Amino acid sequence: MSQFVSSSPPIAPAPRGIGRTISEGLGQGVAIFGLEARKLAHDPSELLFRAVQPALWLIIFGGVFSSIHVIPTAPYTYLQFLTPGILAQSVLFISIFYGIASIRERELGIITKFLVSPTPRVILVGARGLSASMRGLSQALIVILLALGLGVALNFDPLALAGVVVAIILGAALFSTLSMIIASIVKTQERFLGIGQLLTMPLFFASSAIYPLSVMPAWLRPIALANPLTYLVDALRTLMLPGETGLYPLWVDFAVLLGVTVLLTVVESRLYPRMAQ
Amino acid sequence: MSSSSSSPILRTQELTRRFGEFTAVDRLTLSVEPGEIFGLIGPNGAGKTTTIKMLTTLLPPTSGEATIAGYDLRRDPAEVRRSIGYVPQLISADAQVSGYENLWVFARLYSIPRAEREVRIRDALEFMGLSGVADELVKNYSGGMIRRLEIAQALMHRPRVLFLDEPTVGLDPLARDAVWEQIERLRGHYGTSLMLTTHYMEEADRLCERIAVMHRGKVVALGTPAALKASLGAPNATLQDVFTKYAGEEVEMAGGGYREAGRTRRVAVRLE
Ligand SMILES: Nc1ncnc2c1ncn2[C@@H]1O[C@H](COP(=O)(O)OP(=O)(O)OP(=O)(O)O)[C@@H](O)[C@H]1O
Ligand SMILES: [Mg+2]
Repeated sequence: MSQFVSSSPPIAPAPRGIGRTISEGLGQGVAIFGLEARKLAHDPSELLFRAVQPALWLIIFGGVFSSIHVIPTAPYTYLQFLTPGILAQSVLFISIFYGIASIRERELGIITKFLVSPTPRVILVGARGLSASMRGLSQALIVILLALGLGVALNFDPLALAGVVVAIILGAALFSTLSMIIASIVKTQERFLGIGQLLTMPLFFASSAIYPLSVMPAWLRPIALANPLTYLVDALRTLMLPGETGLYPLWVDFAVLLGVTVLLTVVESRLYPRMAQ
Repeated sequence: MSSSSSSPILRTQELTRRFGEFTAVDRLTLSVEPGEIFGLIGPNGAGKTTTIKMLTTLLPPTSGEATIAGYDLRRDPAEVRRSIGYVPQLISADAQVSGYENLWVFARLYSIPRAEREVRIRDALEFMGLSGVADELVKNYSGGMIRRLEIAQALMHRPRVLFLDEPTVGLDPLARDAVWEQIERLRGHYGTSLMLTTHYMEEADRLCERIAVMHRGKVVALGTPAALKASLGAPNATLQDVFTKYAGEEVEMAGGGYREAGRTRRVAVRLE
C-alpha cells in the first residue's frame, strides 16, 4: 500500500474505514500477544517458579485443614472446596506482579517505542492484559494436575472446562491490568514490589478462596463482596464442583469480572502514556 | 497547505514545554527540509530530548505548534505517528526476544501488509548488517548491534522523518562509525529526513547539514556547520568552539544532575 512509500507525501489524512481500523487493531493486538508468547517460550522458568506457592497451599494447607474438619464445606470435601480457590489464587499471584514488566520497559526506552507507534492506547493495554492470561492458564493447568494427583473430584464437563478457561482469562486480565495501573502510578520497582506484597495477601484473605463467606466475621464480608477475586473463585467453584450453584449465578460472576476488567483497561489506557513522559 | 517539494517536512512554531515553573523548551521555532539531516546539540538538560518527545507525540506541548509531514501534532497525532520513526536515547529493543522478533512486532504494530512483512524485515536486517544474528536473543547483542537493530525497527514502515536521540552514545569508535555509515546510506536510500541529537561534535559536523545549538530550552544558534564555525570569526574554528561560545558558560551548573546522568549512563551500561 502506498502510504508506506516515503515518496508519496500524505497531505490530507487518508480516509480510514471502520473495517480497516478494526483489522489493523486486531493485527496490533496479535503483535503484543505474540511478543508475550515469544518471551514466555524463550524463558518459561517464571511459570514454574510462581506455581510453587499455590502448590504448597494446596498440599500443606489443604492437607492439614482437610484432616481437622474445622471449615464447614459440606457437601464437598475441604480439598474440593479449596481447589478452585487455589486456582484463583495462582492466577492472582502470577498476575499481580505483571506490572513489573512495564516498569522495566519504562526504565529502558521500550515503552516510548510502543507509544510512538500508531497503535491505539487501549489496544496496547488491552492486549497486554489479555496476553497475561497465558501465564494464568499455565498456572491453572499446574494446579488442576496437582489436584487430580491428590484425588480431588472435579467436574470435567467440556462446557464447564471452557467456562473455567474464560474465567481464568478474565481474572488474569483483571489483575494484571490492576498491576499495570499500580506500576503506572508508582513508577519505581521498589515501591511497586512493596505495594504488590501489601496487596496480595489482603486480596487473598478477604475473598472466599480458602473459607466460605458464611464463616467470615461480619465486617469482612462486605470487603470480600467488593473483592473481584471472590467472583473469580465463585465462578470457578460453580464450574468445577459437581452440583455447586455458587453465591451468585454464573452470569453475575462473569459480568463483574468483565466489567471490572474493562474499567481498569480504560483507566490504564489513560495512565500508560504518562510512563513515557 | 502547499505540497511543493521545497516545503519543510517538519516545522515548529513557538513550541514550548514547561514542567511546573521550569521551562524545558522555550518557544522553539525551526524547520527541517525533506531529506535533510538536522542536528540538535547543547549541554545536558538543554531540552533536546524534551523537544523530540514533543515531536514524537509522547509529551504534549504546553504551547506552540508543530506540523510533521503535513499533519498537525495536536490535531492528528495518529497520522503523525504513522509518518515518523523514533530511536530513543535509552535502549528500546527488547532483550528477551530475538532481533527478528523485535522487528516482527513492530512490522505488525505499523500494519505492514502480510505480503510485505517478511521482505521488509529481511531488508531491514540486511540493511543494518544484522542478518547473521537475526535469531539470536538481543540480550547477547553488542551495543552497536542493539543500536542498529533499533534503527532497523524504526525504519521498517518507511517513516518520512526519523528521530534519533543520541544514536551513538556509549558505542566504541568502530560501532559508531558503522552507525554513521548506516545513517548516511539511509538518507540516500529512502530519502528520509533525520533529526538527531548528539554530544559528539565530530558526529554533528560529519552528519548534519544544519545544526541548532540549544541552551536552556532556547535555540541560541542555527545554521550549517560551516556557517556556524565561520560566525566565530576565528580561522580554524571547530564546532566544539561554537558549542563553547553559545552554550559553554555554566556547563557544570546546567549539567542536569543525577537524573540525567543516570539516564545517559544507563545506555552505556547496557554494553557490558
Ligand atoms: N518529566 C520531567 N519532569 C520534570 N522535569 C523534566 C522532565 N523531563 C525533563 N525535565 C527537565 O527538562 C530539562 C531538559 O531535559 P532534556 O532531557 O530535554 O535535556 P537534554 O537536552 O536531552 O539533555 P541530555 O543531553 O542530558 O540528554 C532538564 O533540566 C530536565 O531535568
Ligand atoms: Mg537527552
